[in-house]
Amino acid sequence: MNEVILYTLLTLGLLGTVAAVILYFVAQKFKVIENPMIDLVDDVLPKANCGGCGFPGCRAFAEALVKSANENHSLDGLNCPVGGNDVMKSAAAILGLEVEEQEPLIAVIRCNGSKANSPAKINYDGPSTCAFAHNLYAGEGGCPHGCLGLGDCEVSCDFDAIHISSETGLPEVNEKCVACGACVKACPRGIIELRPKGKKDRRIFVSCINQEKGGVAKKNCEVACIGCSKCFKVCPFDAITMSNNLAYIDPVKCKLCRKCVEVCPTNSIHEINFPPRKIKPEATEETTKTMAVSHQEPNENKA
Amino acid sequence: MKSLKTFKIGGVHPEENKRSANAPIQILPFPKQAIIPLGQNLGAPSKPLVKRGDEVKTGQLIAGGESFIAANLHSPFTGKVSKIDNFLDSSGYRRPAIVIDVQEEDIWEDGIDTSGTIKREITADRKTIIDTIKSCGIVGLGGATFPTHVKMMVPDGKKAEYLIINGVECEPYLTSDHRLMLEKGQELLIGIQILMKALDVEKAIVGIENNKRDAINHLTELAAGFERIQIQPLKVKYPQGGEKQLIKATVNREVPSGKLPIEVGCVVSNVGTAFAVYEAVQKNKPLIERIVTVTGKAVKKPSNFKVRVGTPVQQLIDAAEGLPENTGKIINGGPMMGKAIMSTEVPVVKGTSGILLMKQEESRRKTALNCIRCSKCTSVCPMGLEPYLLLKLVKLERYEDGMKERIMDCIECGSCQFTCPSNLPLLDYLKLGKQRAGQIIRSRK
Repeated sequence: MNEVILYTLLTLGLLGTVAAVILYFVAQKFKVIENPMIDLVDDVLPKANCGGCGFPGCRAFAEALVKSANENHSLDGLNCPVGGNDVMKSAAAILGLEVEEQEPLIAVIRCNGSKANSPAKINYDGPSTCAFAHNLYAGEGGCPHGCLGLGDCEVSCDFDAIHISSETGLPEVNEKCVACGACVKACPRGIIELRPKGKKDRRIFVSCINQEKGGVAKKNCEVACIGCSKCFKVCPFDAITMSNNLAYIDPVKCKLCRKCVEVCPTNSIHEINFPPRKIKPEATEETTKTMAVSHQEPNENKA
Repeated sequence: MKSLKTFKIGGVHPEENKRSANAPIQILPFPKQAIIPLGQNLGAPSKPLVKRGDEVKTGQLIAGGESFIAANLHSPFTGKVSKIDNFLDSSGYRRPAIVIDVQEEDIWEDGIDTSGTIKREITADRKTIIDTIKSCGIVGLGGATFPTHVKMMVPDGKKAEYLIINGVECEPYLTSDHRLMLEKGQELLIGIQILMKALDVEKAIVGIENNKRDAINHLTELAAGFERIQIQPLKVKYPQGGEKQLIKATVNREVPSGKLPIEVGCVVSNVGTAFAVYEAVQKNKPLIERIVTVTGKAVKKPSNFKVRVGTPVQQLIDAAEGLPENTGKIINGGPMMGKAIMSTEVPVVKGTSGILLMKQEESRRKTALNCIRCSKCTSVCPMGLEPYLLLKLVKLERYEDGMKERIMDCIECGSCQFTCPSNLPLLDYLKLGKQRAGQIIRSRK
């Protein structure tokens, strides 16, 4: 009986030793030599693997950072939108470099064609995917550029930051947004734009991308940009450009003076997180309208 | 009884519902205003040659095709160009179109023979025929609207052996081709002979499904007076009107994946196209009108109309005694491949074969359930694809794998979705997948 145990132990022990020796040499032969910096950098990254940096996952981004540091001695053009400046700084510190502060971005919905503003003329009962509906027709409200409200952006978001509101039928972005850009790619209409968060989280943007003529756009949506150029004329900082019947506010040039918001005849320019204006007697109606608009934004309370 | 010819793989047999089969073709009165979309053919949209305020005659060239796959557009009416702007068409989007304020009196462009006499003798030579087809803006009237003159130009090294004429009309409800075969048989057969001359083929086969016995008998009788035209009755099976399926059914040849029918020595054309070719070559009349079926379960008077391009759909519905009260959907085309339109202001275009009015209850989609792997979709797919697998791949955005599974071979016939017991939106996903895969292929070029 004892012999059986002895032989068993001997055989298995011998097998184990032989395998260990083979594995040792194989491991030496096929050793992957990796820069130890990659592990260190990888440790400080957020591990969200969202792809917002343009690389397939955080590990690949860490490799790219180390490679760039070795070859170019700078980290220009590489940014982790999720981690923001803190993560980029600590990654740069590990690599013995410095990075410029980047202004944090946030996803902005450039459409306000809610159920009330752009009432449904027809009824779509196909699969609930914007990609299908976009191939099929202009949209329930009739605007060929507007939000279809079927939530491809919501599905694409890894951060629980964008949701379709049941009330308006439009997506709403909350403070969890890290500007990874997944929703921008998912939207077949190109409505979502990444814009700087702005000072004190304040932003002004044209909430419309309709390039049709004013009359046609207005017919389908109450709050469409009709390309009247009033904002363009009033802007003291040349921040507004007009093209294809559409105004665009350059977030870098914009000084948040809010003059354009006041003149917009269709209320298509939105201001977010601004304190309520002092009510001037003649502008009462205008102001209440814009206030109602900022109410729809979830960020409003943060200001 | 000998079993009839058909294609081998897959296929379904939906309820035929050919309610308008006995309604003779009626001529529709002119509308007040006609909208003529510029993108009526497959390929590049035409460029307008008229401007606002111009007076146009019926049959006058108003827009030209510049690139290789493009077609000319002619004015279907006499009147004044009032606008060139974006208008809603059957694509669901506003696209460029020419609007003509129609005057009641019809003044034809010079050189067009509008008499009803049948001209049998084909005097034009091969090159003239192709040039006339091109200048008259003839496109495939089966629905795909592929410019016919491009089809006629057989590439070097290839030889067309058969001209196959599609009189199948496998879509349920539609009867426009059926009526055309019954009422314009002579002209149709002359048109086929013209096409045969242009292609230099020995034999033409007209494939007709067996649910149109009267058309088969009528054409067989007439074809006795013509050489080398064979009328081939086919078993009723959808989608037999598909180019590849029809070739398989008539001459038992299989078009290789991703190739054109000319690869197996065949050219396929619709009966409507053959008739348009007759009118173009023998009468110099451009393609400005077509037969459109207006039908549906609740339609009071299902009819077939001869309609000029640019007529709003509303007018056709009015002529069929109005929109039934519980209409849920208006479909441009047949129930299997047609597409719902957003408004009755949408004009009839060269590719409109029917207007189908669906009742509220039949227009609704049923709730999609889980795939139960019954493989019905696989067994009915006429191209031998696996729709359930392609649906999964497209959902996972694995378009590369989809291409390996031959997603690009899908002919979008909808048999899979029709047969799916779980009501899965298979066709929608396949269409999306094809579009995305197409983008990937184009980006590689």
